[in-house]
Amino acid sequence: MELLSGADMVARSLADEGVEYIYGYPGGALLHIYDALFQQEKIEHILVRHEQAATHMADAYARATGKPGVVLVTSGPGATNAVTGIATAYMDSIPMVVISGQVMSHLIGEDAFQECDMVGITRPVVKHNMSVKSPEEIPHILKKAFYIASSGRPGPVVVDIPKDMTTPTERYEYSYPKSIKMRSYNPVTRGHSGQIKKAVELLLKAKRPVILAGGGVIHANASEQLTELARILKYPVVNTLMGLGTYPGTDKQFLGMPGMHGSVEANLAMHHSDLILNLGSRLDDRITNATEKFCPTAKLIHVDIDPSSISKIIAADVPIVGPLDAVLNEMLKLVKASSIELDEEAHESWWQQIDEWRGRHGGRYRTDDSELMKPQQVVEALCRITKGDAYICSDVGQHQMFAAQYYKFNKPRRWLNSGGLGTMGFGLPAAMGVKLNFPDEEVVCITGEGSIQMNIQELSTCAQYNLPVKILCLNNQSLGMVRQWQDLNYESRHSSSYMESLPDFKKLAESYGHVGIEIKRLEDLESGLKEAFAMKDRLVFINVHVDPFEHVYPMQVPKASMRDMWLSKTERT
Amino acid sequence: MRHIISVLMENEAGALSRVVGLFAQRNYNIESLTVAPTEDETLSRLTLTTIGNDRVIEQITKHLNKLIEVVKLVDLTEGDHIERELMLIKVKAQGNQRAEIVRNVEIFRGQIVDVSASFYTVQLTGSSDKLDAFIEVIESVNILEVVRTGVSGISRGEKVLSL
Repeated sequence: MELLSGADMVARSLADEGVEYIYGYPGGALLHIYDALFQQEKIEHILVRHEQAATHMADAYARATGKPGVVLVTSGPGATNAVTGIATAYMDSIPMVVISGQVMSHLIGEDAFQECDMVGITRPVVKHNMSVKSPEEIPHILKKAFYIASSGRPGPVVVDIPKDMTTPTERYEYSYPKSIKMRSYNPVTRGHSGQIKKAVELLLKAKRPVILAGGGVIHANASEQLTELARILKYPVVNTLMGLGTYPGTDKQFLGMPGMHGSVEANLAMHHSDLILNLGSRLDDRITNATEKFCPTAKLIHVDIDPSSISKIIAADVPIVGPLDAVLNEMLKLVKASSIELDEEAHESWWQQIDEWRGRHGGRYRTDDSELMKPQQVVEALCRITKGDAYICSDVGQHQMFAAQYYKFNKPRRWLNSGGLGTMGFGLPAAMGVKLNFPDEEVVCITGEGSIQMNIQELSTCAQYNLPVKILCLNNQSLGMVRQWQDLNYESRHSSSYMESLPDFKKLAESYGHVGIEIKRLEDLESGLKEAFAMKDRLVFINVHVDPFEHVYPMQVPKASMRDMWLSKTERT
Repeated sequence: MRHIISVLMENEAGALSRVVGLFAQRNYNIESLTVAPTEDETLSRLTLTTIGNDRVIEQITKHLNKLIEVVKLVDLTEGDHIERELMLIKVKAQGNQRAEIVRNVEIFRGQIVDVSASFYTVQLTGSSDKLDAFIEVIESVNILEVVRTGVSGISRGEKVLSL
């Protein structure tokens, strides 16, 4: 058997796992590993400018491909800088393996230089974490990390490696395990047949059904099955923020996104439905509004691979624990074989009702109250120019909601955003992670002047690795979502939501060797965007000056039911 | 309602802190907790008591089951079970008090395990309620020190929590 040092084992294990890129930042505790990486050719290391960006790049790779992204950070501050990205991945169930360096074993607990308890610090925000106690364990622990991260409900796994586990002169027998079996961890592989049967019966007898599809459908690669089921039944589909793209956004049966900034038709349809088939949405507070007023007439079928997501917020009438692809396959089989006749009359009047709701708002926004460009117009123009087929990586705030509302996603894994944790600074590194792995695809970071500055240093990484993403900055000169809430709830006292001293983004981009474009007038929007997207091989920072007073609507009225919404600054449902 | 949840988990470093961390993270309470390796040294048995409505308890058991190191668990209070806790209590014992304490210890079927001129140390085993009752019987001014192990439990009959 081959003899390898711990450091070489890390590199070899990653290569044997099929890893192509790792994202990271070196430091004292990792020097042996970085030396091992230098001496091999299978894995390429991407040097970011801040560890948070490394985690988001890896995270985005996972979101776009379904395979775990890999991060390498040093002990102490390297590790703590990665925590935000780990928590981001955890909240959205993203598979990720984070290798953190650690001080030498004999120094642990002595407050050594760059020491921090990474296993302790990350415990609440990982699916699992492990610490290497002996170099021989490295291949096994890494295999286990990949297995845990990517199976069941995916999530990040941290592996903490003390420096003395990687000493180059100490060699051990190396073999990379083909598979891992654990007595304490056996993810479910199918749903309970009896429950599925019960669910299908309810589904077929429903008069006012809604199919709600969340991020779980993406993780299970089950959007084809979802689409087939919805089309056979001709039932309306809503996609959560995390589920956008699982059902074609331009399809007639698609009602949009439910929740706080969901569409009128999605929220009203859910509220008035008699049956919700929830596929892989955890029904978080941004969807349900006040839980005690949630969809009073609806029965709830809840399918999720994680039993703890079921009946956590809303009690399910038919809980089904299982992977969505397997469960949907079984549902499809039963639906096709069933003799139950759909209540077409009821469905017809249900659709009439839904179409009426659609007409009430229909994604309109006012353009007559300001000379300035509306952010919604910018997103719509982007969707037109990229033919709705770009990878859209969003930051967090108003622009994120506008992107979710106005970019029509027809495919899964095209919409990448930090839905759970709401991490500003996610967008640019995410776009970089996608572009690196899909160099021929159009990759856009939709951001604001607030979010982009949280990881703006990565413009430098983009230059180093030639990552020609397009950055679309909806610049409203304020932290728009904060400002919106201050307008609505704090009598427009804009406490710390105004950004003074913004940089000249055009010049800033240029100083990194990129291209900067300013768009100030609506008539320049289309041509400006076209010009930017024509530069295939350049990173273009498109700074679009938009109306700073615009709010995101619809917006649910707090502490009310899903149907209670503001439709504009002056209209309510 | 009070529940006794018994968890069989890998006897690994960090497993216990994951359980405790889960309760802190999700705002569940732990009334007592006791843990030790089983006859199979690769496994630990952890017993905890907690209070919550059905929904909270369901979430607790689901989240515990999700922890990678947890092999199996059972909510003992769902069925017939035996619950035991051990208490060592050091009490003032002077003059007339001495005889009264001995009487009480007999009533509660405890043992006096250490004696000096002015105190007794009493060992008592039983359900938590029984230990509470003993503490009430001894006036608080006379109690010098109390140490309790927390609840351990096992199902009655043939039901077992094992691999």
